Amino acid sequence: MGPMNALVNWIDERFPLTSTFKQHLSEYYAPKNFNFWYFFGALSLLVLVIQIVTGIFLTMHYKPDADQAFASVEYIMRDVPWGWLIRYVHSTGASMFFLVVYLHMFRALLYGSYRKPRELLWILGMLIYLCLMAEAFFGYLLPWGQMSYWGAQVIVNLFAAVPFIGPDLAVWIRGDYVVSDATLNRFFAFHVIAVPLVLLGLVAAHILALHEVGSNNPDGIEIKKKKDPATGVPLDGIPFHPYYTVKDTFGVAVFLAVFTAIVFFAPEMGGYFLEHNNFVPADPLKTPAHIAPVWYFTPFYSILRAVPPMFGSQFPGVLAMGAAVVIMFLLPWLDRSPVKSIRYRGSLYKWALALFVVAFLVLGYLGTKPTNVWGQFGPWLGGADRATVVARVFTIVYFLFFVLMPWYTRVDKTKPEPERVTS
Amino acid sequence: MRALLLIICLLGSGFAFGATGEVKLDRANIDLRDAVSIQRGAKVFVNYCLNCHAASYMRYNRLTDLGLSEQQILDNLISSDAKIGETMTVAMREEDAKNWFGVAPPDLSVIARSRGADWLYTYLRSFYRDESTVTGWNNPVFPNAAMPHVLWRLQGIQRLHVVEGGDHGQPHSELVLETPGTMSAQAYDEMVRDLVAYLTYMAEPVSVQRARVGVVVLLFLGLMIVMTWLLKREYWKDVH
Repeated sequence: MGPMNALVNWIDERFPLTSTFKQHLSEYYAPKNFNFWYFFGALSLLVLVIQIVTGIFLTMHYKPDADQAFASVEYIMRDVPWGWLIRYVHSTGASMFFLVVYLHMFRALLYGSYRKPRELLWILGMLIYLCLMAEAFFGYLLPWGQMSYWGAQVIVNLFAAVPFIGPDLAVWIRGDYVVSDATLNRFFAFHVIAVPLVLLGLVAAHILALHEVGSNNPDGIEIKKKKDPATGVPLDGIPFHPYYTVKDTFGVAVFLAVFTAIVFFAPEMGGYFLEHNNFVPADPLKTPAHIAPVWYFTPFYSILRAVPPMFGSQFPGVLAMGAAVVIMFLLPWLDRSPVKSIRYRGSLYKWALALFVVAFLVLGYLGTKPTNVWGQFGPWLGGADRATVVARVFTIVYFLFFVLMPWYTRVDKTKPEPERVTS
Repeated sequence: MRALLLIICLLGSGFAFGATGEVKLDRANIDLRDAVSIQRGAKVFVNYCLNCHAASYMRYNRLTDLGLSEQQILDNLISSDAKIGETMTVAMREEDAKNWFGVAPPDLSVIARSRGADWLYTYLRSFYRDESTVTGWNNPVFPNAAMPHVLWRLQGIQRLHVVEGGDHGQPHSELVLETPGTMSAQAYDEMVRDLVAYLTYMAEPVSVQRARVGVVVLLFLGLMIVMTWLLKREYWKDVH
């Protein structure tokens, strides 16, 4: 026995090192037929680490103070050695986090990964997504630019639309009657410690839940049903390590190439990752003509704007926006199809999913633009903004995808699932 | 320049709040690797802009990026008693500025990142005489801007002419140079291009270095992609 083995034995008698490694890596059996869509779970973990590490370094130089915040970001960009790189990685990382998480969630829609027995896995994932939105929202105030300021103002005002307690609620959130230094300080606290703590806990729970039930796969069948009688290992399973650690390393390399291409050649991403107006310091007296959230929130922002005020209150729009997120929690129970994977579903689900994706993308696009971007309809529609009408139609499509799901997944003509995974 | 400032002060204060007009922007076509152009722009910036506008995130010695020595910067680009490591601030106090112009002239450190090079290039070439405004100048790119035409001696005086029935029968307006300045139109455009190149450089001094580092990083990652792919293929040989 070499000294290395002796050390491992010494640890194993005191801490479950080898058994944990086996349980979660070398003897965690993942289906062998993962495709492109299965990179994004590991990649979101990578982006989480990137955000935490760059965030720690930014915190060393950033000043959460209304008088100094904007200047301290420029100080990081100019005077801190490699500060520009750290900052761009963090700002690009925010957008890339949402990109990989959206693709990760879309994978679940493709292959029914939220279905039994993975309902809790899906719910934990949705909670991570909620945390991520909170994290992004709080973080976006910190550069203290015009978009930071007015974006926060708009979102906090949504809470003011809650009947009866709304105005008090908004003051409680801001810590002031307007977004101010007090708001900046508490958002900083939420962004750097409160939300990340919850996020890390949820991510750990998400992975534990995954390793309990095992990964789904593009065929949507359970590999645990067909085990080698001698070893008890799923016949279609391969050890996560080394097979998927090696494969994911390749995925990481490709992803980092895309990531760094943005960081080094287009960190603003044409105003979508870093908005032009956010290079103007926050000015509480000057409302920008056009306030748009960053791209990852725009589908929901579109839904908010699409719902007309009722009884003089914006609250219905706020409710619709909230419902657009919350309804995703229900997916495991809305889907009544006998099969999980899109490969064996009928054309009804395929059409529904395609329409949903189009709705999400169109709403996302419209959310970045003012409502008059496409001009107005003629008098026959009361001269309504074309973009608003389109946003209303796609808001309905968005919700119908979920509301009609119990029906169309049940009546859909499915194909028989295979016994074993296909390639 | 000082005289002009005085005139503005005498004209009294006025509140100016402009929105970007729907004007087609001209292309600035700046080249951030052309250090000489940016150097010329820096000279214009410190002579004409830095009297009212600060660039308080920009340190003078950062201009060594452009191939200038600290002595050259001290001799040619610093007219105040500022030290080489200080940022580009102005003596004008914010309250005074508000009194004189209605609004404090914005800090220009990152103006190119909020406005964009094309906007600045078009804006600085589009001032025209308009007696109805507080400054006596107006600008279709930024209607009722609080800033007077600081460069008018160089460009000359433009007027806005409304042309009836243009290309599509729609009346449109165009700028006509009425009184030529000390520079030809072409020389003025070149100077503004240099200035905009400088403003763009100043908004993100690291941009050229950033792209250079990026090439190296991508070359490394390209190699990593190949290596990891080969590694993956080797490991997966026995998976059927």
